[in-house]
Amino acid sequence: MQKLLRFLKPYKLELIVAPLFKLLEAVFELIVPAVMAKIIDNGIAKHDSVYIGKMCALIALLAFCGLGFALTCQYLASRCAFRFGADLREALFRHINTLSHTELDNLGTSTLINRITSDVTASQQGVNMFIRLASRAPFLVGGAIVMSLLIDWQLALVFLVIAPLAGVVLYFVMTKTIPMYSLNQKKLDGIARRTGENLDGMRVIRAFSRQQQETIAFQHECTDLEQSMIAVGKISAILNPMTFLIMNLGIVAVLWFGGVHIDSGRMSQGDLTAFTNYMTQILLAMVQLANLIQILTKAQASSLRVAQILETPSSMQDGTDIPHDFTEAIAFENVSFGYHGGGDLAVSHISFTLQKGQTLGIIGGTGAGKSTIANLINRSYDATGGVVRVFGQDVKTYQEKMLHQKIGVVPQKAVLFTGTIEQNLRWGDADATAEQLRKAVEIAQADEFVDNLQYGLQTHLVQGGRNLSGGQKQRLTIARALAGNPDILILDDSMSALDYATDAKLRKALSERCHDMTTVVISQRATSLMQADLILVMDDGVCVGQGTHDELLQSCDVYREIYQSQMQ
Amino acid sequence: MKNTIVRILNYSKPYRKYLVLTIISAFIGVSLSLIVPVLIGEAVDYAVSIGQVDFVGLKKIVVILIAVVLVSTLFQWLEGLFINRLSFGTVKDLRSELTAKLEKMPISYIDGNARGDIIARVISDIEILSDGLLQGFAQLFTGLITILGTLVFMLTINVKITVLVVILTPLSLLVAGKLTALSHDAFQKQSKLRGDVGALTEELVGNQKIVKAFAYEDRAIDKFCSLNQELAEAGRKATFFASLSNPSTRFVNSLIYASVGTVGALGSIGAFPLIGVMSVGKLASFLAFSNQYTKPFNEISGVIAELQNAISCAQRVFDVLDSPAEPDDSHCIQVDSCKGNLELQDVSFSYVPEKPLIQHFSMNAKSGQKIAIVGPTGCGKSTIINLLLRFYEIQSGQILLDGISTQTITRDSLRSQFGMVLQETWIFTGTVAENIAYGKPNATREEIEKASRSAHAHGFIKRLPNGYDTVISDSSGLSQGQKQLLCIARIMLTDPPMLILDEATSSIDLRTEHRIQKAFETLMQGKTSFIIAHRLSTIKSADHILVMRDGNIIEQGTHETLMQQGGFYANLYQSQFAG
Repeated sequence: MQKLLRFLKPYKLELIVAPLFKLLEAVFELIVPAVMAKIIDNGIAKHDSVYIGKMCALIALLAFCGLGFALTCQYLASRCAFRFGADLREALFRHINTLSHTELDNLGTSTLINRITSDVTASQQGVNMFIRLASRAPFLVGGAIVMSLLIDWQLALVFLVIAPLAGVVLYFVMTKTIPMYSLNQKKLDGIARRTGENLDGMRVIRAFSRQQQETIAFQHECTDLEQSMIAVGKISAILNPMTFLIMNLGIVAVLWFGGVHIDSGRMSQGDLTAFTNYMTQILLAMVQLANLIQILTKAQASSLRVAQILETPSSMQDGTDIPHDFTEAIAFENVSFGYHGGGDLAVSHISFTLQKGQTLGIIGGTGAGKSTIANLINRSYDATGGVVRVFGQDVKTYQEKMLHQKIGVVPQKAVLFTGTIEQNLRWGDADATAEQLRKAVEIAQADEFVDNLQYGLQTHLVQGGRNLSGGQKQRLTIARALAGNPDILILDDSMSALDYATDAKLRKALSERCHDMTTVVISQRATSLMQADLILVMDDGVCVGQGTHDELLQSCDVYREIYQSQMQ
Repeated sequence: MKNTIVRILNYSKPYRKYLVLTIISAFIGVSLSLIVPVLIGEAVDYAVSIGQVDFVGLKKIVVILIAVVLVSTLFQWLEGLFINRLSFGTVKDLRSELTAKLEKMPISYIDGNARGDIIARVISDIEILSDGLLQGFAQLFTGLITILGTLVFMLTINVKITVLVVILTPLSLLVAGKLTALSHDAFQKQSKLRGDVGALTEELVGNQKIVKAFAYEDRAIDKFCSLNQELAEAGRKATFFASLSNPSTRFVNSLIYASVGTVGALGSIGAFPLIGVMSVGKLASFLAFSNQYTKPFNEISGVIAELQNAISCAQRVFDVLDSPAEPDDSHCIQVDSCKGNLELQDVSFSYVPEKPLIQHFSMNAKSGQKIAIVGPTGCGKSTIINLLLRFYEIQSGQILLDGISTQTITRDSLRSQFGMVLQETWIFTGTVAENIAYGKPNATREEIEKASRSAHAHGFIKRLPNGYDTVISDSSGLSQGQKQLLCIARIMLTDPPMLILDEATSSIDLRTEHRIQKAFETLMQGKTSFIIAHRLSTIKSADHILVMRDGNIIEQGTHETLMQQGGFYANLYQSQFAG
């Protein structure tokens, strides 16, 4: 929790005032046994029924004030906790948005999502309970101790024995369980991941009739989680009974020594009643405290997981420059790159230069490193060797967002988002005009099917655009990239779901209507990039040939083989 | 709400043993802890004033007290252990059932619901339910027994004051009940919003790379923040309303305490003849009891926010469990093998009624034939696959496999007749070998390697850090083409009587594809296969080509006859050579 303290700062007022009201409530609660003692000692002893009536009215009044205080505290506590939770969730979300691809690859999405949802909720619950109980229980304990000191300080020495004992138990339970709670959350991550993967692969799972096995695998994970939850439960189950035991042994001591004190005249019977009453109150408060500790330990484990993400720095330093006018669009100088932990270099020693308005084609086998080049152009990853220059300057000097606004990407996997088609198209440029959108849709060859939709651009897409066919999705992802009016457009094998005729129409429209745009086309179809100004032929991470179509037909065996295989 | 609670309790049935043990331990632990105040009261009565302390009596009481406390501690601990098993077991069963249910849901449900929302139900909703159950069970059992036990003890001390307490307590219940009803809607709103936030998070964080590529971060954050604020506000309201009930019951109970004190005190000085005289020690323990008696009401109302939260989360889980699954087909025909004669007769289908897609579609595929389906995107090619494998059910007409309507065959046995490679690859977290052997989990390493060699995946797998034992996932840096190769290897390993290749090689380079083609030819020998592809060169050798447009077949025949016709297909074919 310590690591997230800064998120509590804006709520200092609530954090101080709310427990204060809880304290007042507790103080009033503490006075009640004292008033009762007075009733016994004065009222009953002197048979004064008027006194008894007055004192009981006082107890009712105290209760009423207590209600007011408690309500104020609850209000402030819920306000503080939920705003804290919202702030934390937001900070986490913001932070994830600053992470680079490398961190995203390393962390994995299911754990990130779980941390934003389940872990933040647990931390927030911790704060809420902390405010509501953490002040009350210690105040009750402390107050009861003070009151008992006032009655008979020697008898109150019993607390000197009890307190450390209770402390040891608490310490033991907390240190044991925090790591176990973390482990549980990790197992929960695993179930979340499996659920996500199952939802994605439901067709494949059913095609192989593997539902039974998947169900069993789920069962295993759930049972595994159950077992470790029971394991934590076993330890934290000690807390309550132990507190009960320790406190009651304290009461036993008080009774015995209290008897001695009464015998010697140091203490009255009413005092002893009050003293044991206070002890009972402390017991109840301690049990509450023990419950609170259980919630807090769980919250602690979760808050550590949240803090871990917040402390993960982006491995990329953002630049400050903004792209300006340029003639040289992209240049690679002896660029090499290896994915973190991915074994060999994905691409090595790549060099080329591309001028504004030109088209670059990248062709090559599966896993040859084509997409890696695209990832380096928009600085999804930093090159491990050499320099990548975009718009005439090292990509590392640019402000990341500015760079990304100028580079439109159509990824391999066509992913659309919940919302209308228009909202999806506005991803690259929120203020795109209707003409801009129309133009993008037309170039992407999506106008025909969009116009045929009942609601046109206002058609609502479900998550991932699953209510469209693969080809339709791909055209919309192309339109989405174009609508941002980028200086550089990267088509990462994004015409694979298009038939050849559409593919050809699209390329024609691109060259006719966007001649200022620099285009990078990654494809396995030689026809898709035959007319490029420069073609890179990739083979196993190495550029085995570059030049125009005609040059490569002459000079590059790999290219010739690819071309001929498609033209037979 | 009542039904939800009953259903949750039903899920705890398999753990009845623990339920019984919990109740027994709670009974012993709680009733012994209730004796404690009596003993304390008696002990106080032994110490009257100076020189008048009965140490012999006091000693006896103290010894009994220690014994009672020890035994009570033991059973309280046992109760905790049993409650753990009871609630975590219940939660495990519920989560297992929910995930098992997902495997049985119609594909249309999976397609039509936000992935993140379903995950939120499996993860956060059940977590919250779990917390609620644990606290709920604990409070419920100890609470009930405390209430009953204290009633008995109070009755033994003074019947009339007890009656007073019993009459007054429903007041606090009434107050708590009213407040609970008030917060119910707020809690439902909160859990719905929690699901929405989960879905949005899943979508945006799950596609973080696209978010970054479009510099969409700020707008993503804005979107998230506004929903997040809504959630915080709903949560705050719900929790505040629910937490009102605790101070309110406390207040009512304090009033009860005050009345008991007045009546008791007046009684003990004889000012209240109706009550009868009682000793100071008795009054002290009576007061302690009336405190004990009202405590469970306080505590149950103290966790009421958690309980209500748990109930509305449970409702979201039950919503999934209650939605119709794919109908039971255990009475249907089990097909173990087939010749592969497939016939579609006058089939019609649409995803939404207003938009007819496939209309009166007929087609005949003979055993061992290679059928190709071509056509522009969105013409219904992939829908045909959805229908063949019964991911979606046809709305009229019929599909016959070897003359048997596929509707009368069990879905699993029908699907296992097909090997399927889709354009959308699916890689799950696991080793490469596990991914390839998905359709044949008992395959040997040799078989796996053989399959990946035919799929031309062996080369790149060998270069991964741990070869076939490298753990991969969908986001682990494999290219789309490499993933497709793995999916193809998966099919190469199984040997299904029929094959469906839906753009199976779209992300694979043509040289590799060409080589894989040969492996496919071997695999497809004597098998009925359906191929959907844009690269017409790959389907030239098909026995029968269906050209589809807008859900209908507009041309059909072999490559040669279609080229001669010079229609839509011929045009399409020519266009791929035009640069």
